[in-house]
Amino acid sequence: MSDSPYVSTTNACKLCTPLGAALAFRGVEGAIPFLHGSQGCATYMRRYIISHFREPMDIASSALGEKQAVFGGGPNLKKGILNVMSKYGAKVVGVATTCLTETIGDDVPRLLAEFRKEFGDLPLPEIVNVSTPSYSGTHMEGWHAATAALASQLVREKVAAHRRVNLIPGFVSPADLRYFKEILADYGVAATVLPDISESMDRPALLDYEKLPAGGTPLADIRAMSGALGSIECGRAAHMAESAGDNLERRFGVKNHRVGIPVGIRETDAFFDALEALTGAPMPEKYASERGKLVDAYVDGHKYVAGKRAIVYGEEDMVITMVAFLAEIGVKPILAATGAKCRNFKQALADVVEGILPEPPEAREGVDFHDIAEQAADLAPDLLVGHSKGYRYAKDMGVPLVRVGFPIHDRFGGQRMLHVGYRGTQELFDRLVNTILERKQEDSAVGYGYL
Amino acid sequence: MEQAIFEERRDQIHRKGEGPFELACNRDSLAGAVSQRACVFCGSRVVLYPIADALHLVHGPIGCAVYTWDIRGALSSGPELHRLSFSTDLQEKDVIFGGEKKLKAALLELIERHKPNAAFVYATCIVGIIGDDVGAVCRDVAQQTGIPVIPVQSEGFKGNKREGYAAACKAMFTLAGTGDTSGISPVSVNILGDFNLAGEIWIIREYFKRMGVEVVANITGDGRVADIKRCHGAALNVVQCSGATMELAQMMQEKFGTPFLRVSYLGIEDMADSLYAVADHFKDRDPGIVERTQALVREELSRLLPELHKYRQDLEGKKVAVYVGGAFKAFSLIKAFRHLGMKVVLVGSQTGTKEDYEELAAICDPGTVIVDDSNPLELSKFVKELDVDLFVGGVKERPIAHKLGVGFCDHNHERKEALEGFVGMLNFAKEVHASATSPIWRFVPRREAMAKARETRTAKRAAGGEGI
Repeated sequence: MSDSPYVSTTNACKLCTPLGAALAFRGVEGAIPFLHGSQGCATYMRRYIISHFREPMDIASSALGEKQAVFGGGPNLKKGILNVMSKYGAKVVGVATTCLTETIGDDVPRLLAEFRKEFGDLPLPEIVNVSTPSYSGTHMEGWHAATAALASQLVREKVAAHRRVNLIPGFVSPADLRYFKEILADYGVAATVLPDISESMDRPALLDYEKLPAGGTPLADIRAMSGALGSIECGRAAHMAESAGDNLERRFGVKNHRVGIPVGIRETDAFFDALEALTGAPMPEKYASERGKLVDAYVDGHKYVAGKRAIVYGEEDMVITMVAFLAEIGVKPILAATGAKCRNFKQALADVVEGILPEPPEAREGVDFHDIAEQAADLAPDLLVGHSKGYRYAKDMGVPLVRVGFPIHDRFGGQRMLHVGYRGTQELFDRLVNTILERKQEDSAVGYGYL
Repeated sequence: MEQAIFEERRDQIHRKGEGPFELACNRDSLAGAVSQRACVFCGSRVVLYPIADALHLVHGPIGCAVYTWDIRGALSSGPELHRLSFSTDLQEKDVIFGGEKKLKAALLELIERHKPNAAFVYATCIVGIIGDDVGAVCRDVAQQTGIPVIPVQSEGFKGNKREGYAAACKAMFTLAGTGDTSGISPVSVNILGDFNLAGEIWIIREYFKRMGVEVVANITGDGRVADIKRCHGAALNVVQCSGATMELAQMMQEKFGTPFLRVSYLGIEDMADSLYAVADHFKDRDPGIVERTQALVREELSRLLPELHKYRQDLEGKKVAVYVGGAFKAFSLIKAFRHLGMKVVLVGSQTGTKEDYEELAAICDPGTVIVDDSNPLELSKFVKELDVDLFVGGVKERPIAHKLGVGFCDHNHERKEALEGFVGMLNFAKEVHASATSPIWRFVPRREAMAKARETRTAKRAAGGEGI
């Protein structure tokens, strides 16, 4: 249930379901995201995603018109897939539905079965489909549902055991994913990151325009996830009946280690613990050193942030992990808000502050920025922590905004922003301390050049 | 190279000079082609959005509202209700049982909270399909609250942006003619089709003020409900961005007899011609207006031209690709680029009409490629083939340009630079110059390779001796 007392929504603190699916599909090598719906959905989402990543984001659409809305979108869906096959040479087509095609009742799995039969003589790509009506859930449901669909539809048989680790990272930045891969490599294991937007959504300048960006999880690696050492799945929020990691555990006995998104020392420790348990290897010195430096920074910076009151908003898992981080550095998270609704939001918040705060921050699900601002008026926050869309509220409240997650539409380099692990936490902590120092300096008439 | 073009789309591409001009357009986008187009809702939303004292409630699931939340640079000099994103955020149970109750409750709640002067209710894709009678709810709420509550029939799949413009015009037309027109000067206009991006309508209003022309209603940049209600009292409609608001001008001519002029505030000639056309229209009522307008244009140009010259020196001979929403803007851009010594070699739009493209073909140079409803694969192909130096478009076109090492000028609704008026022409030149002459392009691999190839050619020619 939503915690909002209002019927209407003002400045939503969530995006729609197919956006998350489209982004997740972009994390598979040679894949093109394909929205079964009206043309506008794909275009709006492309614009929104491009503004954050500053990368091409081609999303195909079945571009239904009035006739198809009445008689069914099947022919457009099939024609659209043929077109992306011929022009993009896609190896994987990730089909996500929209509110339109769900409401008119298109049976996509049946249509795709027909398609495979009709065009069986062609070299067909893998077609993965996921149901993502935007009237149900948020972009995070879309992301997780698409990830689960990739696992359940592409991993078909148990392969021989090998020394790879499945990492199901949740929606974090390309920089975060690259760091994850570095960590796993330092543990002597290769990572199958699903989905992996580390390269596909942060490309170098190249000789030519790439139809499909390089990067993404290779199909062969996805198929081999059934023989991995185990899976690490990040994110404490419970979304659906079965996640990708749980699906692989149930069908192939690949043990799934669920941890939070590793931000802050405790959540990152838990991530490394899972990695040690999986690989049997101890933490490499490099990370022990990163951890030590982070502790040292916490010590040096603790007084600047002590007792500051923060409002955290955004995607449920990002909110939970930010609360974990803020609590352990001595910032008081006073409100944790998300536009999503998930079964265990309050419990997860209580879990991550246990032993540090006498009580968890107030948790509000299914709320919009109007709700958040209304409550903030009584809370006297010192700062906001979340994505770009809270900027105007921060400005109105006269407090700084520490930008994390997605979207970052009013700053440069959102795709390169590091949040996870000891190194990401270090960057985040530095930014947070500096934000507070900058505010203090600006607010002071003295003009301190030494703080 | 040709493989970038879909067989079905061949007749939506034309190279001027190759056969008689004919371009297919106004078609549904091809499935799977990654069109740059949006939808009907998008068309309605862009037109009505800048009406700053109205409530804009998007009736549907959350996406349509959240992707259009405060993304445009449409400024207001007063209320800023338009910058908030309101939605009924329909959920599964609403889809099953209908969304009318929720719509009504949301409207009453928001009208009570914000006291708007009118409310627009945008129908999105599924609203018609689940059978909500948006019109009935609007009538009911209008009666209860005493403000106009206007349905906008903008179901996304019912066409493209153009149908959305039409729906927006119909919605606004219900307001026109309902206000008091007393005190309006006989020398007065409504400004149609300007959205006050980065304050552009204020530049144009200032020009009209200097000419002695009263502006009755901004439609819709920095727009107000009360002004639109009395807009039928204006003596003339000046219509820019004809695709978006022409239909309103036509309906007003039919019902109120208000004549209209097509204008454009982009570039030098089009800006000056627009002011002269307005002056010409009123010269019988106000004999001094022509002289005042000439003085205005002279003054502005004497300031602008020397400045412009500085930029032109660096830009001379560079090649440009233009891909915009409506074709009308492209006319002005082609002319504006000529003032910078630049040549448009690729031009296209999402939703141009047959007439638009004919006009476009008439003014562009031979060899220019004209495209309708294009996509990233085609655009990137032509940018390479035509050796473009600068791309003018919106956010979705930007990465195409940047990945190919081509400069970029943002000329859509998200822009934060005023590009209209004489001062806008200067801003435009500055922006084009800043991107096209940046030293960074030499590092982009494609540019690097091209420079190397040029060097090799020059060296070969030198080695080949004078005889050749």
